[in-house]
Amino acid sequence: MLLTIQEVEHIAELAKLDLSAEEKEQYREQLSAILEYAAILQQVNTADILPVAAVNPQQPFLREDILHPSHLAESIRARTPHTADQHFIAPSELENNP
Amino acid sequence: MSSLTDLPVHEALHLLTRREISSLELTQAYLAQIDRLEPQIKAFITLTPDLALQQAANADALRRTGEQVPALSGLPLAIKDVFALENIPCTCGSRMLANFIPPYTATSVQHLLAAGAVVLGKTNTDEFAMGSSTENSAYQTTRNPWNLAHVPGGSSGGSAAAVSAHMAPVALGSDTGGSVRQPASFCGITGLKPTYGRISRYGLIAYGSSLDSVGIFARSVEDLALIFTQIAGHDRLDSTSVSMPVPDIQLNTEPSLKGVRLGVPKEYFISGIQADIESRVRTAIAQFEALGAQIVEISLPHTEFAVPVYYLIATAEASTNLARYDGLRYGYSVESPALWERIRLTRGSGFGPEVKRRIMLGTYALSAGYYEAYYGKAQKVRSLIKQDFDQAFQQVDAIATPVAPTTAFKMGEHSNDPLAMYLEDIFTLPTNLAGIPGLAFPVGFDHQGLPVGMQLMGPHFKEETLIKLVHAYQQTTNWHTLTPLLASNK
Repeated sequence: MLLTIQEVEHIAELAKLDLSAEEKEQYREQLSAILEYAAILQQVNTADILPVAAVNPQQPFLREDILHPSHLAESIRARTPHTADQHFIAPSELENNP
Repeated sequence: MSSLTDLPVHEALHLLTRREISSLELTQAYLAQIDRLEPQIKAFITLTPDLALQQAANADALRRTGEQVPALSGLPLAIKDVFALENIPCTCGSRMLANFIPPYTATSVQHLLAAGAVVLGKTNTDEFAMGSSTENSAYQTTRNPWNLAHVPGGSSGGSAAAVSAHMAPVALGSDTGGSVRQPASFCGITGLKPTYGRISRYGLIAYGSSLDSVGIFARSVEDLALIFTQIAGHDRLDSTSVSMPVPDIQLNTEPSLKGVRLGVPKEYFISGIQADIESRVRTAIAQFEALGAQIVEISLPHTEFAVPVYYLIATAEASTNLARYDGLRYGYSVESPALWERIRLTRGSGFGPEVKRRIMLGTYALSAGYYEAYYGKAQKVRSLIKQDFDQAFQQVDAIATPVAPTTAFKMGEHSNDPLAMYLEDIFTLPTNLAGIPGLAFPVGFDHQGLPVGMQLMGPHFKEETLIKLVHAYQQTTNWHTLTPLLASNK
């Protein structure tokens, strides 16, 4: 298999996903199979090929610098229990990792 | 007269204009059809009958004033539950957003509301639009109205099943790799994935941002065009939306396709494709030829690489987009006194198996040491896939292919094999990778009585060409008029 359990655990940590031992084993198998299939891309010669930057032919443009006020902030804050004084409250990481 | 839920959109709008029917009657007819069929079909995550009846009453009141009314005034429709509609739950088929009530409305939905549409409800989807069957929804699996043991396709399977079963005349979906065209094909209806950037993505909850397109389901391409012209166009809230003029599509022409060159790519008629799909699609191509189109054999040589390219790029983008679900600001949250612990636990239990699988794959493809070999390589091969189309469209006006290698499969058939499920998308992924439009429409049935779909792909911004081609086909065939037995009110 292409991936080890340690690699699966490393990816899960990068993705901030808490996975059970069973899930890790399952993803190890499934992701290995998918990545082994994806290896067919190595057959393609892309030596002088640029990666895709934009898919439609219209050139990107800059909008005019005009202020459009948004009134969403209050209703967004109203949708979470963890707010105070116009802030979201998150648990402190420093207190837990002195 | 046939039942109100059997009326094509243009006829319903005509009767509404003449005040021979009211929006309230039409809306109630659809709500009654939903009441009757929803326990079997499970197309909706959230129904909004109160909102619908209010909007219908408003539309009727406006018509009674004799003032000019907007184009879709009083027309009921359904919306995939990945579009924000202010103060109506938006779950994305995920536990993560089970209690999320957006404070704003997606631009595409706003256009429909401004045009006078009536919202019947929000339809089922694979979680965060990741899937080909709706089996990845955290809430329910939608059933195929043609055979309840089979899936409706996905991820927009709820919208497709609702339109197919006459629970809505039209519906919005989203298409990142085939999520409108494949369920349209599985359910025997017409579905459009427009050019990337043609319809604003603002308020469409993000999956793969360079691939996501707002799409439309209808029972005919004529109905579909009425919706397309209402919602296409530039939006300052989506900087990838384009300012190309939206054509005023006139379909009252004779069904003649003289001078049209229709390409048939040999890479889309491969071994492994279900035999009766190939024969139905070839028959439909012959019908286009009979209508005057010139059939040209073409080649899209990088087609076989579309599946790995898509599943590296889409998952990479998804892993980035879905990083926002941290349990701190909105949505599902697991209480924990430690920051990263809360985030890990929230994401570990809030996302379902397929979403976690794709986040893992995308994170790997973007991670240090693997970025060039996977994501970087995929973006280069994507260029080659796009070049295939650029070259093909110098020879032809549109390209005809099957939508999927199989008809609607049985529930559970692919649930333990994600790779087999991904391979189902082989014929729909290339359009998203190239950013071009694709239009799926029914061309017959397989030996089990399940619908077979065909796809026309066109150059960027040539939706009108595809719509006119399919309209000519639908004027001279009746596949699109057939209704699943359980949905029939006759």
